[in-house]
Amino acid sequence: MSDGEGSESPREDGVGVEEMKVRRVAGTGVPVRGDDIDTDQIIPARFLKTTTWEGMDEYAFYDARRDDDGELNDHPFNEYKGANVLVVNDNFGCGSSREHAPRALARWGVEAIVGESFAEIFADNCKSLGIPAATTDPETVADLQDFVEANPEAGVELDVVDRQVTYDGETVDVDIDEAMHGALVQGIWDTVALLRSNMDAIDETAADLPYVESR
Amino acid sequence: MSEGTLYDKVWDRHKVADLPNGQDQLFIGLHLIHEVTSPQPFSELRERGVEVPYPERNVATVDHIVPTRPEGRERPLADDSAEGMLTALERNTTESDIQFYGLDSDKQGITHVVAPELGLTQPGMTVVCGDSHTATHGAFGSIAFGIGTSQVRDVLASQCVAADKAEVRRIEVDGTLGEGVHSKDLILKIIAELGVDGGVGYVYEYGGEAVRDLSMEERLAVCNMSIEGGARAGYINPDETTYEFLRGREFVPEGDAFEERKAYWESVASDDDADYDDVVHLDVDDLEPMVTWGTNPGQAVGVSDPVPAPEDLPEGEREAARTAQEHTGVEPGEPMAGYPIDVAFLGTCTNGRTSDFREAAAVLEGREVHPDVRALAVPGSQTVKSTLEAEGIDDVFRAAGFEWREAGCSMCLAMNDDSLEGDERCASSSNRNYVGRQGSKDGRTVLMSPAMVAAAAVAGEVTDVRGMEVGA
Repeated sequence: MSDGEGSESPREDGVGVEEMKVRRVAGTGVPVRGDDIDTDQIIPARFLKTTTWEGMDEYAFYDARRDDDGELNDHPFNEYKGANVLVVNDNFGCGSSREHAPRALARWGVEAIVGESFAEIFADNCKSLGIPAATTDPETVADLQDFVEANPEAGVELDVVDRQVTYDGETVDVDIDEAMHGALVQGIWDTVALLRSNMDAIDETAADLPYVESR
Repeated sequence: MSEGTLYDKVWDRHKVADLPNGQDQLFIGLHLIHEVTSPQPFSELRERGVEVPYPERNVATVDHIVPTRPEGRERPLADDSAEGMLTALERNTTESDIQFYGLDSDKQGITHVVAPELGLTQPGMTVVCGDSHTATHGAFGSIAFGIGTSQVRDVLASQCVAADKAEVRRIEVDGTLGEGVHSKDLILKIIAELGVDGGVGYVYEYGGEAVRDLSMEERLAVCNMSIEGGARAGYINPDETTYEFLRGREFVPEGDAFEERKAYWESVASDDDADYDDVVHLDVDDLEPMVTWGTNPGQAVGVSDPVPAPEDLPEGEREAARTAQEHTGVEPGEPMAGYPIDVAFLGTCTNGRTSDFREAAAVLEGREVHPDVRALAVPGSQTVKSTLEAEGIDDVFRAAGFEWREAGCSMCLAMNDDSLEGDERCASSSNRNYVGRQGSKDGRTVLMSPAMVAAAAVAGEVTDVRGMEVGA
């Protein structure tokens, strides 16, 4: 579960969650192995034909989760139900900018991701949704993936504030990007109000640009 | 950190404030909107009662889900989901007073094709869109990058994004591209060299003799695929090629106002003594047409080079290469030339511009598509389509056996009816060869230049266009 201080769940569609702080995510892990897992794999384009976020959980890793006959296989997203800490490898979330990808993971249950590295837009999207994306070295990731596979019911905890992951009785340091850390810990990852609070400065900046018509 | 680069100058001009989370608040000069990543943001604004403060700095078109068969574009669209998305965009843009080029407009097309041809994209701007190929617009010397849906909401609500400044890597490309070698080959080479995550944390500034020599359309193809190298943005400093392209376009001022605007454009170009965070050099004198053998855009080789054996690659790439080759069914040690193809696809925001179709038509002139190949020509915009039709280029495609379609993203990501079937192998001018990207989880995509797609369509297999006599 995510230990936030706001009254509403960060899994809702971002309405009225300005005060939501994400300080700690505790639960169980789900390993998805492989480098360069792109957002087309996380959610194929054919499932983007919607004007809401409904049903996105069903589409997470849709093609990888099924065999040739369409039956569910042994993909981690079929096996680790109830897990909330996703553990991935290098350059996770590359490719298309679709926010549907982290939305699909979140709707399935992912509340935090630990990996070797993330594509930038994907990490930004996670931040917008209040999902911490923490990075660490390949050995630690491999160790954590091995541990989760051997102990699927065992606790895994990401301490966002202190940038640490605890599992198997050990606590290891991880990296969380400064902007993401600030946004999550201070609960300002929903940026609409924040950006709009500077409306006068926005107008001044715009007025100084040669290509913006004066108004 | 970099200093004196276009990136630094444009960033500083657009910076509104320091945000408490350590990010910068950046004013957005042009926000491009399409149907896939905008419905939820508009709904949210409605629920919050927030109005769009700068509607005139937002422009919308419909591209991802549109049918490309002329008879498929009647409203309502046959696909209910697609119709729902289009209807939502019509309503949202009307209510917010945002310019929309819909299916009934002769300017409709792919956002990244439409904005440059209308002169919406200009040097020294910040450009965003809920689409990773927004990097395309950097070809004009703008800072252009893709954003997620929540950020689309932010821009609609404030005309700003919260952003982190990246480092700047200068990619100096020396030499001259040979006959039959195009800018697509250049960018595939860069990605193969630097890796699909090589650009994470950087924006790429492309320069040097080979880049200077490119036309605007060719430059757009290079910047388009910056994201495939992990760089969120890429750009080319504006020069006379840029200014000449812009002159006379709908949203570009004329006369004295043009000269005034041009002074701004010139002022934002990187200084000769600018500092970069990194500089890499590449020589393209001996570059040959590039093709991909795997399932990411960095898994590419020259068309006559052997496909690498996984065990010969750096350790971190071996497993991915094995998995990729299993999927694509190619054998290491042999070149890609000779592998049969089932589909040829010409179009997209990478290579769906007029020059791309002209280059392909030069190869197709007097030839026919191989009988086993299904071939689609999908112009990037209705303007591209009508321009080519006025030149009779559509006749060349039709006579060769290509289907000549209406504008849209089409089989790049198969959100419309155009899709690979089963394990079909497709010679594609698009930008991504990920598993399942073209609509079939077993489909196989071989990325290449438009001229190479035309050559493959005729030969029925991956082939070196340089071995074919090309019509004048």
